[in-house]
Amino acid sequence: MEFVRNFPFFSIMLCMFCAIICSVLRRKAAQYFTMIVLLAVMALSGVLLYFTYKTGGSFVYYMGHFPAPWGNEIRGGCLEAIFAYFISTVAFLSVLAGGKAIEYDIEDKKENLFFILVCLMTSSLLAMCYTNDLFTGYVFIEINTIAGCGLIMVRQIGKSIVTAIRYMVISMLGSGLFLIGVTLLYTLTGHLLMSNIQESVAALSGNGDYGMQLTIVIGLMTVGIAIKAGLFPFHLWIPDAYGQSNVVSSSLLSSTVSKGYIFLLIKVYFRTIGLDAIENSGVLYVCFSLGIVAMILGSVLALHEKSFRRMIAFSSIAQIGYIFMGIGIGTKEAVTAAIFHIFAHGLTKSLLFLSSSEFTEGSHSKSIDQLKGLGHKYRYSALCYSIGAFSIVGFPLLGGFISKLLLGGAAIGHGPMQWIALLALAISTILNAVYFLRTVVYLYIPKEHIAETDDTAELKDLAIGNNISGRNIKNTFKKHIAENKDADTLDIETSNNKNIHAGHDKEEMLNLLPGMHCPRFVIGITALVILNFVLGLCSGPIIDIIKQGLDVFD
Amino acid sequence: MNKNKKINSVKPRSKNTSGGNSPIPSGVAKKLRSVYRVAAAVMIVLMFVLLATAMLGMPEIGDKNNPDNNEVARRYIENGLDETGAVNIVSGMILDYRAFDTFGESCVLFVATICVTIMLRIDGRGGEGDDEEAESDKKAFGIRQSAFAKLDSRNFEPENDTILKKSSLIVFPIIMVFGVYVILNGHISPGGGFSGGAILGAGFVLFLSAFGFNKTERFMNANTVRIITLIALLVYCLSKCYSFFTGANHLESGIPLGTPGAILSSGLILVLNICVGMVVACTMYSFYALVRRGRI
Repeated sequence: MEFVRNFPFFSIMLCMFCAIICSVLRRKAAQYFTMIVLLAVMALSGVLLYFTYKTGGSFVYYMGHFPAPWGNEIRGGCLEAIFAYFISTVAFLSVLAGGKAIEYDIEDKKENLFFILVCLMTSSLLAMCYTNDLFTGYVFIEINTIAGCGLIMVRQIGKSIVTAIRYMVISMLGSGLFLIGVTLLYTLTGHLLMSNIQESVAALSGNGDYGMQLTIVIGLMTVGIAIKAGLFPFHLWIPDAYGQSNVVSSSLLSSTVSKGYIFLLIKVYFRTIGLDAIENSGVLYVCFSLGIVAMILGSVLALHEKSFRRMIAFSSIAQIGYIFMGIGIGTKEAVTAAIFHIFAHGLTKSLLFLSSSEFTEGSHSKSIDQLKGLGHKYRYSALCYSIGAFSIVGFPLLGGFISKLLLGGAAIGHGPMQWIALLALAISTILNAVYFLRTVVYLYIPKEHIAETDDTAELKDLAIGNNISGRNIKNTFKKHIAENKDADTLDIETSNNKNIHAGHDKEEMLNLLPGMHCPRFVIGITALVILNFVLGLCSGPIIDIIKQGLDVFD
Repeated sequence: MNKNKKINSVKPRSKNTSGGNSPIPSGVAKKLRSVYRVAAAVMIVLMFVLLATAMLGMPEIGDKNNPDNNEVARRYIENGLDETGAVNIVSGMILDYRAFDTFGESCVLFVATICVTIMLRIDGRGGEGDDEEAESDKKAFGIRQSAFAKLDSRNFEPENDTILKKSSLIVFPIIMVFGVYVILNGHISPGGGFSGGAILGAGFVLFLSAFGFNKTERFMNANTVRIITLIALLVYCLSKCYSFFTGANHLESGIPLGTPGAILSSGLILVLNICVGMVVACTMYSFYALVRRGRI
């Protein structure tokens, strides 16, 4: 057991180490090295989870030679362990399943840089999850933000660069607000360590000192993290960021990065400031109501969305709303449900993004109408996509069902809140069903029912054109010209295409399509499907772990 | 025919990707924009008032009874010299007491470098693909490659500016020595890896502007930058790992602290300062080179 305590530190440092090594590796080597390290982190977190759950306690670990308020410290308990396990699993499976998409979207010589970003992002998420110190949390938020920008930008087409800039500005605003909150809190309490802050805040609110300042601190931190997680009024960056970036980046950003921030917020609420002060400040009502609005608004926006990948992104807004609603109710059951929803949504959303990558041909945005009948062609990924869609709607046997059940159950018995929560859950579930099942139905429309004519053939041609131009545009320099849409450059481009058209016949051109289907892809999405079923069928032990983790939280 | 196809393929795509934004009539959009501006101004004023009132009620700066004048700061000041061996307490704090945070900060720098490289580095198409692909690429990108060639030959070499050359010949060695001094004395006097590295980087940038890429590449090119960064970060990472591991498991680290005030003192802080300094210098140089010609 003593030695197991080193595992959080090992997993953080292993990822950092891998990032440093990746800077000199070639593309394939970097990819395999990253996957091995992520697998190792998975194993470490799994062992840690087993031991912390069995002994049922938590421990602190000095990062250096000095005890806590002077040096840095990290903390491990079974909640942290299961969250770390979740992060590393999703990261590993995303890289595994999205290998082809990465190769396709990213310039060959920059592929290792992508894996550096993945490693640094994972390590910062792990550090945010294990940290016991607010300022350490802030430092790793910073790494996460910049790595997130890189992950969006790495596709290097005009839209993704614009999106990355927007993400950077909005996200930096969030971290700025969080930093102001940390500074004010430090001035009030004189500590950065979570447990010490909790003592001081309890003393302060016992005396009734600095009530207004504490409320402002809590507000700043909440808004800062809500911006970064994409809660309702701050959600505008989400659809582009998830819809325009590479599939692996979308999957990582939606299922791990935003969840990491929310986990930190839970730590701030229940470990740093303490439930009493939080309840006095009334911020939980704000979380609750924003969550409710996000649940419904996100679904409505997704319903109106015509682009397929943006639709999946919009549904993230609704799901973030569910999580904040759970936090807003504020009881132990509700927070358990919220954390369970983090896992369920994370696994489902990465499944949706990755499995749909086959029929959106990599990271291209496709309109929902273009999905018609594709389920017959891409059988396996369409099946996995459908399972993901069922899970997010809340079909029994799957993870999404349990989390909705838990959220609904936690809401009961809270006066007027329960009716609002249950009603919003019902409406949002129906809307979810409408827009997700619509895509499933489209996928499985029988071939004879599609208004055939030349439609599909033309689509194919368009896809080829898009792909070739996608390859052309890989470079910023070229992209710049292409976006200006000079008559000249169009000519150049068409002549380029002509060259390609002349050089290959049709068969070979079809080979240019990404063709996501390969053993890695199948294994990756199958594992995600299995994990979804595990969440749905074996929810008992997982809920136990979360509850026990919350018990030892303070 | 191909031309038509190309144009066709551009149009529906843009329609698809921006499909969700229903077109808003321009009059309404204008009104919305003005509402948005007013709302933004109101928000800013509100934030200002809120933060200002919060600040007015905060503990007064410099008061000795402030909550932040507690045992944490006291131990740093009273025992910092004995425990870390660094005369410069700030160095002792950031590189020993709270070394994990600083390690995070250097990773911020690292990840920022990676992002800038992704953004600015101009690579030819990769040389690892099979020949056929390379051939077709060559055909397809023929025009662009010539554009790159042009860009490369431009190289932005400076004109033969005698004043700049002569004066930087005098200043460059002084800057280098000063940068090394600031790094090596980081634990004794104000300064350290970040500031010293920035000085070194500025020196390289000056040399580059005066003498051009050809001369600078004799000692500073993509390979050296990569190797120096790799070694510095690895040493940093491994030495910190060692110190965290021994610290947490209550083992003796076996690194002597030395006599405070000597150059060779304060344990790992000196090593860390050197590593940070090298990384910062290389980062500054490579940013400048990337902005100027798209590769290091």
